[in-house]
Amino acid sequence: MPAQSSDALLEAGPPESDAAVLRLSGRLDAYSVGHLWDAALAALASRTSVPVIVDASGVAYCDVAGAALLVDLLRRPRAPGAEVSVRNLRSPFDRLLRQFDPRGFEDRPPPPRLDEPLAERVGEVGIAVLRQAYERVAFVGEAAAAAVDTLTNLRRVRWREPVLIAQRMGADAVPIVVLIGFLIGVILAFQTAVAIRDFGADVFVANAVALAVLRELGPLMTAIVLAGRSGSAFAAEIGTMKVNEEIDALITMGVSPVQFLVVPRMLAGFLIAPLLTAMANFVGLLGGAVAMRTFGIPFVTYFHQVQSIATLGDLFGGLVKAFVFGLLVAGVGCLQGLKTGEGASAVGQSTTHAVVGGIILVIAADSIFAVIFNILGL
Amino acid sequence: MSVEPAVIRVEHLTAGYADRALLEDLSFEVQRGEVFAILGGSGSGKSTLLKHLIGLFPPMSGHIWLDGIDIATVQGAARLLALRRIGVAYQSGALFGSLTLAQNVRFPLEEYTELPDEAIELIARMKLDLVGLRDFADSLPAEVSGGMQKRAAIARAMALDPAIVFLDEPSAGLDPVTSAGLDQLILRLKQGLGITFVVVTHELPSIFAIADRVIMLDRQSRSIVAEGRPQELRDHSDIPVVHQFFNRQPAAGVEAG
Repeated sequence: MPAQSSDALLEAGPPESDAAVLRLSGRLDAYSVGHLWDAALAALASRTSVPVIVDASGVAYCDVAGAALLVDLLRRPRAPGAEVSVRNLRSPFDRLLRQFDPRGFEDRPPPPRLDEPLAERVGEVGIAVLRQAYERVAFVGEAAAAAVDTLTNLRRVRWREPVLIAQRMGADAVPIVVLIGFLIGVILAFQTAVAIRDFGADVFVANAVALAVLRELGPLMTAIVLAGRSGSAFAAEIGTMKVNEEIDALITMGVSPVQFLVVPRMLAGFLIAPLLTAMANFVGLLGGAVAMRTFGIPFVTYFHQVQSIATLGDLFGGLVKAFVFGLLVAGVGCLQGLKTGEGASAVGQSTTHAVVGGIILVIAADSIFAVIFNILGL
Repeated sequence: MSVEPAVIRVEHLTAGYADRALLEDLSFEVQRGEVFAILGGSGSGKSTLLKHLIGLFPPMSGHIWLDGIDIATVQGAARLLALRRIGVAYQSGALFGSLTLAQNVRFPLEEYTELPDEAIELIARMKLDLVGLRDFADSLPAEVSGGMQKRAAIARAMALDPAIVFLDEPSAGLDPVTSAGLDQLILRLKQGLGITFVVVTHELPSIFAIADRVIMLDRQSRSIVAEGRPQELRDHSDIPVVHQFFNRQPAAGVEAG
């Protein structure tokens, strides 16, 4: 006391009868009142037993931020007979201040945080998981029905759409699939060679690479690339349409969004994933060959070894998986897009869920395939 | 009022996007403390003009002075200072979806002032009270109606008590009662705080209720076809497009058909 900022001033005035006087003067706006605020509250707190008059005759300008300072002084709970009052505020500012009812801004205690009992939280999570499972199943059913409907009305299908999607999802993904497939082959060959060389069995590295790439890594890596590139794109695309009410527009036109948006994308995923997987397989084997070359194993030996160990069953087993993975990745992307809530952050969430959900589903499906192939003796 | 320098002065402004000019050679002034409305049919360049006035796009030629600062060329700290003196409420609200209404209003206060946290909270709630949204302070934008989002956007535009507030179609999509309430609010703020309002609108009742002066843009001529008080334009203008606009008549082609 007195507190001063560049433009505004707060000082104690001479007391009048039994009331304390605080004088405010200058320009009260969002930039100047910050320096007075704490001092004003402190001045009020040190005069709890007497009435306080805030004399604002020196106030040259007062906007809502200035009025907020006065409201903050007026709203503090005071003992009876020790009320706070504001006087001599010039007319336009006084009218502004009187728009606000200080009682309406009384400090409310924050709502108590309810700590839910453990059982309740477990139950909520359980219900959420079940609901998610239900949504997935419902979506699969809806998509299957739409697919059947599409296949029985082939003439009504707009082929441009799936072809365009397939191009973006497939042809545009070739460079990255080739790069990743090749490097996986190289890395796999190197790491296996390190372990196996001590036994003088370098040549059998080809066996390991061939089986791992054809049966597992080719389809899996391709599916993960697709989830990152295309699953996310589907979710963002459809999610933005949802936010913009374009999905609602489709529904009111009597067009099923599943049929119009999801079926073409799942069809594209179904067709593209095996093609990309075949490519990843090829360059993966090539990568292994290049790596083994540096260990002194010629290409001929390597590929002869590959031929002797890998069967058509290995190759087609991998490709069958790729069909399923393609469906899963595209389906989860579309499902998350359709489930998008409101606002910009919802699209981001859908995209994240599409990628994470896609990868999890692909790996889960892969383990189911492992069991099935094992039972079938493939 | 005319002795004071204009708060916005536009000189020979040609505005548009890329190489396509939508408005050519505009000149007008906005006086301090008035409500200035920009009128015109769809596609006449109202929003384009607004986006140039607030410095989102540089003019193709000409100058825009906000409080004596050329908004197109000013850079760095001076630009921030100029932007702090204006507030903009966009057509769609443009509230941050992940923040509550109160947090949306708090945002500029937290960025630009050194107020204690409690004071910022109080100011934010008072601004929301001004637009009748005190009870929705803790709601997310997605949880309130479109009209409420719009009013919250106006509260956010006024967070720093700017000298000039730009409103892009503030009453479009609002019910008549809310819309009239908004007009009242604009008049109160104009009278009480001397805020200058630049309003893009085509709501006739609202124009007559609040606007001191208007300019009307036209798509064909790409310029201002009329300027003046709304009542005078309605009663005395003999320019066909102006007459049609103020008397809600269909365009000549439609009428003839």
